[in-house]
Amino acid sequence: MTIAAPLPLRELLKPIKDACRLAIGKEETGAALAATLALIAQGVKDLHLICLPISGLQADLLIGAGCVSTLETSAISLGEAGAAPRFSAAVREGSIQLIDGTCPAIYAGFQASQKGIPFMPLRGILDSDLLKHRDSWKLIDNPFMPGDRMVAVAPICPDIALFHAQAVDRDGNVFVGRDRDGVLLAHASKQSLITVEAQIDLDFIQDPLRAGATLPAVYVDGISLVAGGARPLSFGEQYRADIAFLRRYAKMASSEAGFRECLDELMSLHGLALDRDLAIQA
Amino acid sequence: MSTVAERESTQEILPLERWIDVIAQLLHGVRHVAVGASSPIPGSGALLARALSEVDSASSPTRVSILGSRTHNAFTNGGVELFDMAATGRIDAFFLGGGQIDGEANINLVGTGTYPRTEVRWPGSFGSAYLYHLIPRVILFREEHSRRVFVPRVDFVSASSIKRDADYRPGGPFALLTGLCLFRFNPVKRRFLLQSIHPGHSLEEVNDQTGFDFDLAQDMGQTPDPDTKRLALIRGRVRHEIAETYPHFASLLKA
Repeated sequence: MTIAAPLPLRELLKPIKDACRLAIGKEETGAALAATLALIAQGVKDLHLICLPISGLQADLLIGAGCVSTLETSAISLGEAGAAPRFSAAVREGSIQLIDGTCPAIYAGFQASQKGIPFMPLRGILDSDLLKHRDSWKLIDNPFMPGDRMVAVAPICPDIALFHAQAVDRDGNVFVGRDRDGVLLAHASKQSLITVEAQIDLDFIQDPLRAGATLPAVYVDGISLVAGGARPLSFGEQYRADIAFLRRYAKMASSEAGFRECLDELMSLHGLALDRDLAIQA
Repeated sequence: MSTVAERESTQEILPLERWIDVIAQLLHGVRHVAVGASSPIPGSGALLARALSEVDSASSPTRVSILGSRTHNAFTNGGVELFDMAATGRIDAFFLGGGQIDGEANINLVGTGTYPRTEVRWPGSFGSAYLYHLIPRVILFREEHSRRVFVPRVDFVSASSIKRDADYRPGGPFALLTGLCLFRFNPVKRRFLLQSIHPGHSLEEVNDQTGFDFDLAQDMGQTPDPDTKRLALIRGRVRHEIAETYPHFASLLKA
């Protein structure tokens, strides 16, 4: 049996071109922070960033570094640390196009894509202003009960899903653990690129305790080994978020200079350097 | 006439402890309450309701699911499971906040001014637009009680309180707890009803700080203090349990 070969981070990220529709998960799913910083270092531009269903520091870094032109999310927040400063600034300046959603509708869009169907019907949302500002949700009648209003959610089909997971086995199967959103990200996207804490010389599919929480290699288009790859955010049972950093970031990144300082700190945390100076945001 | 000792023990009750106690009262008899992100006070209220349900042999135990907790939730099907549970009637109560909340209980989690270039931008709608329609007992909690929060009409409707006749809508607003008072919600009139005012505050203050009209409950009074049993649970078991998800918040509670 050959061992699935992990790629260097730079190689892994090659398919993520300018204007890519890139999907990322929430912190509990596994946020690939090292990979995100490497993308920033490479100067990727005009991303359509899709958050399943929310994000925090990861999206705020990409927005602050000028990598995002369109943002599709239910929320961007640093949680207990406060508001996401570059997101707030970008909304104020009108420098990103916003596609505001609500968590279950973003899940429904991914599920429609996963199933290869033109829409997913969903309860709730009726009379919300969210409906007025997007054409990918439509009010429909329940075909089995006319007058029963529902929302039809168009598929969300990302070009690439990027997330961090616990381990890859020798065949390229990825153990995602209890939070299954990595599976949905991969099923719904054309390609998935995954950073992992470790490679383990086993076959996860043959392990009944792991198989149910494993993404089969058929959905996996690239793997990099990055221990600590979600830091400074938390990752599963393995490490806690660096709350002190997040609090500092929430304050400092309200200015462009403070943001750059925080970004430099994270780049050195992950042994990365900017390829070229980032353009200062207008 | 209260004694000096009784007055002192009343003064010892923190506003936080009172809110946790009120939330537990609002959750009485609930089978399953879920708690969303960044909600330490609702989470503590839910944990108090569970602790009380376990010592009360007349009621069945309350199940609590706290997002972000590893111990106090049992979801195994990803982020969508909360929403599937809500749509299938498996969650009886939930909490929402709002940057703005209006007199008809519409909530705004997006921002002030004209969308999309809002003057002030908040994180976003999260699951509100959906859960507000599906969970029967949605408790609105907002500590800041001011006219910038409680407005005549929200600038952006993240989640609407409207129910049209043919709509499938088992859920909606149940109560609104603030730093000053507790309102109930009347879904027929789509108006809030002032139920109780927290000690140290007055009706005049509530009127001054509320930007929408509301009704007064016939039995309106002062928000009661938690009794000694409930206070002991808040300072013991609940403080310990909430610390797993919200360690900083737990450190603000009295031991």
